[in-house]
Amino acid sequence: MIKLVDLHKSFNKLKVLDGLNLEINRGEITVIIGRSGGGKSVLLKHIIGLIGPDAGHVFIDDIDITQLKEKELYKIRQRFGMLFQDAALFDSMTVGQNVAFPLAEHTDLSKKEIARIVAGKLADVGLSGIEDKYPSELSGGMKKRVGLARAIAMDPEIILFDEPTTGLDPIMTAAIDELILGIQRRLNLTCVVISHDIQSTFKIANKIAMLYKGKIIETGDPESFRNSENPIVQGFLQGIPEDKIINS
Amino acid sequence: MRRFFFAVGHKTLSAINQMGDMAIMLISALSWAFIPPLRIRNIFKQMEFIGVKSIFIVILTGLFTGGVLALQSYYAFRKFGGESLLGATVALSMTRELGPVLTALMVTGRAGSAIAAELGTMRVTEQIDALAVMAINPVKYLVVPRIIAGILVVPILTVIDDFVGIVGGYVIGVGLLKINPGIFMAKMIELVELSDIFNGLFKSVCFGLLLTLIGCYKGYHTRGGAEGVGRATTESVVVSSVSILVGDYILTSLLF
Repeated sequence: MIKLVDLHKSFNKLKVLDGLNLEINRGEITVIIGRSGGGKSVLLKHIIGLIGPDAGHVFIDDIDITQLKEKELYKIRQRFGMLFQDAALFDSMTVGQNVAFPLAEHTDLSKKEIARIVAGKLADVGLSGIEDKYPSELSGGMKKRVGLARAIAMDPEIILFDEPTTGLDPIMTAAIDELILGIQRRLNLTCVVISHDIQSTFKIANKIAMLYKGKIIETGDPESFRNSENPIVQGFLQGIPEDKIINS
Repeated sequence: MRRFFFAVGHKTLSAINQMGDMAIMLISALSWAFIPPLRIRNIFKQMEFIGVKSIFIVILTGLFTGGVLALQSYYAFRKFGGESLLGATVALSMTRELGPVLTALMVTGRAGSAIAAELGTMRVTEQIDALAVMAINPVKYLVVPRIIAGILVVPILTVIDDFVGIVGGYVIGVGLLKINPGIFMAKMIELVELSDIFNGLFKSVCFGLLLTLIGCYKGYHTRGGAEGVGRATTESVVVSSVSILVGDYILTSLLF
């Protein structure tokens, strides 16, 4: 469904993506892991066209989005939802207005109809009845759940998650993991998650890919990933710094 | 010595770069401005924020500027017995120069800085990316309403400032300095042309565009968390103020 081909991207001579290739299958949860600051967010932003590559291609169902005009790209984006790291809720709007926002912008639904959908989506993430609160009144975990409700408001086919469990306590982390799994199954979504949370990764992933020095160095299902013979992968899973791996 | 030239060159290039980026943002905003939905509600919201909420400080500025202008001019005119020209002097100074410039500077301090801070915060908390992800062009949604509001509202504020400034001059001139009210008004009506007022208003349209564009540009391109937002806000005020003063000279030399 999503295919990244030979992606290159540099910022001020710093190579972030260096010939990256990856395929993401329909109806699966693919988790991309890697060190913080290793270009995972940059990779995610390439998938939705927020950042254009220096070279390479991003295919969504055989459409190369790097070649699209702005308006065509916006059409493709309506098939996506994205949960940002800190949820990126509009702080000048209430929770209800946040979730309703894409519906009000892109559909001709009546206010009543939109309110009904918003209530349903908030119920989906376990937060019924908080439409009138402002984002500043919510905890980190609640913000993420509202962010997820907004991301699924337009019934997208693909959802991108930017470190969904970073900064949450273990119980909220487990709750978000369950939420991602539940929503993915119920709506048969294609999910791309970037994370450095190993426990969550093994819990939710159908496929894991590891980003290292601008390339995907290993992909596979959780089982084969756990048994990987690549020392960098094993080092990451066990929390051993690279220099120690290279020296040993 | 080489380092000095390097630094000067670097600064110059970066300034030219920014001007180019701003021009691109302006063109992009212009091209989106006429594509529906026009978001009239958003424009009104910004007009309220930039305009209605600035009325008080504009009145305050106008009143005292007009007053001090009357005091200072009276001091000079008395030396050669030209006190009768006080009304015309206050009115000409306000409409041609001080009204547009001071209003724009006050609005920059109040609204231009707030625009930069708001958009900057939206940038660093990924709210601008979130708009783009939801297939909504951030320039159309955030920049266009602010620029349109600036262009519409700054001239209106300037009219208020001009009027209040003249009232301030009248109060000081007639009330305090005992100039004949009939002469004050007659000379003013005789010497102030309609073109003085309109050229002043044309300047204020340009200033409204400048200060909102610079505020939006600085906010939109904020980097680096809370510190970045602070930097963007400061830069927007400094760059807007300097641009208004430089722009004022250029426009005055072309218009009058």
